[in-house]
Amino acid sequence: MDWGALHTILGGVNKHSTSIGKIWLTVLFIFRIMILVVAAERVWGDEQDDFVCNTLQPGCRNVCYDHFFPISHIRLWALQLIFVSTPALLVAMHVAYRRHEKKRQFRKGDQKCEFKDIEEIRKQRFRIEGSLWWTYTSSIFFRLVFEAVFMYAFYFMYDGFRMPRLMKCNAWPCPNTVDCFVSRPTEKTVFTIFMIAVSSICILLNVAELCYLLTKFFLRRSKKAGNSKQQPNHENKEETKQNEMNELISDSCQNTVIGFTS
Amino acid sequence: MSWALLRDLLSGVNKYSTGIGRIWVAVVFMFRLLVYVAAAENIWKHERDEFECNIKQPGCENVCFDHFFPVSHIRLWALQLIIVSTPSLLVVFYVAYRENREKHHNQKLYKNPGKTDGGLLCTYLISLILKTGLEIFFLVLFYKLYNGFKIPRLVKCDIKPCPNTVDCYISKPTEKMIFLYFLVATSCLCIVLNLSELSYLIFKYSIKCYLKRHAKKQQ
Repeated sequence: MDWGALHTILGGVNKHSTSIGKIWLTVLFIFRIMILVVAAERVWGDEQDDFVCNTLQPGCRNVCYDHFFPISHIRLWALQLIFVSTPALLVAMHVAYRRHEKKRQFRKGDQKCEFKDIEEIRKQRFRIEGSLWWTYTSSIFFRLVFEAVFMYAFYFMYDGFRMPRLMKCNAWPCPNTVDCFVSRPTEKTVFTIFMIAVSSICILLNVAELCYLLTKFFLRRSKKAGNSKQQPNHENKEETKQNEMNELISDSCQNTVIGFTS
Repeated sequence: MSWALLRDLLSGVNKYSTGIGRIWVAVVFMFRLLVYVAAAENIWKHERDEFECNIKQPGCENVCFDHFFPVSHIRLWALQLIIVSTPSLLVVFYVAYRENREKHHNQKLYKNPGKTDGGLLCTYLISLILKTGLEIFFLVLFYKLYNGFKIPRLVKCDIKPCPNTVDCYISKPTEKMIFLYFLVATSCLCIVLNLSELSYLIFKYSIKCYLKRHAKKQQ
């Protein structure tokens, strides 16, 4: 199991996402996971080996390193990425459950089932409405919460996003206040700011997606309410058909925006 | 040979699992396997090199490290992941056995070799009980081996050839402790999921049995 497997799993969810969701996924994989694996891990690779304290006292370096870095940036980012990707699994599970139900209906020979074979059920793209809307919206909400929590944890643990060159340490067994030097502080600061910036972009994308889904929900509701008040049944059916067509057209446009294959 | 094998194995078992079983697989993949590979492995990578004792006596550091870490946390974690996932193989083997039997006798012996009933249900329940038992075993092992789930910054060692009681410093104790607690939390979550699945299956099939008997009596 590695980041590639996560990509496969989340790629499957992509089919059922909105276009903002697809952009979010692209940003997650290219600007966060890939940067983490390809670049950031190398920068932090030698962190304790090259953390040098101005003392020969054995144990002082270990203790000072542990004091200043209770959990390494790189591990915190890895955890953040895992937690932020997990809500998408909720959507994947819900879609899998719906597919399972449709397959069961199909096997029972249900008249209502509109599919001709199992392959069609497997390839079908579900629209984000009904219970799937609730699952999808909760997953975005949880994503936002996790992003915010981790960003705050970062800020709180490291007193900001800057990596200092020099840290003064007087934890036992250091004989007095010793100077400890962090390796590659500027490079680490650059990557920290980069990751924080991309996290913020992801937060904005999630907020935008949430607003979009809520707007769509309320618009649909008000249309339904408006329709049921004004017109008799057969005109209702025409309107709903037209609405469905409009939605299908807009949804198929979303599919062509980013060529993210599942 | 890598974790991909375990991943494929568990994905194969997913077909015969209940919903709770699938959540268990997702928890194992995302919160245990992925965290292990992406984060935890690197923390323990240089644990021996970074273990430092306040002494120049040759051999003292080696002996002390060996005394305090008979089996490294990370290896125990890996063993736990592998052994806890193995009972799921029982289910795969049983389904393969059923399909083999059908082929051998050249006739349909079972309505559906992959359906959870009778023998397959028993196998599935046994695998759940084994999984839970093994999780608890490993948690107890962790607790007993390391005197709790804490990792101290400093350990005092006086084993030969160390001339007297020396101070030895463990590297990254806080980070290791955080991930250890994470491991314990995910293990407990998996135990809860296994127990719920067990109760759900027992409850479901007892009700089914009872209703069948009731229907027979009425007839």
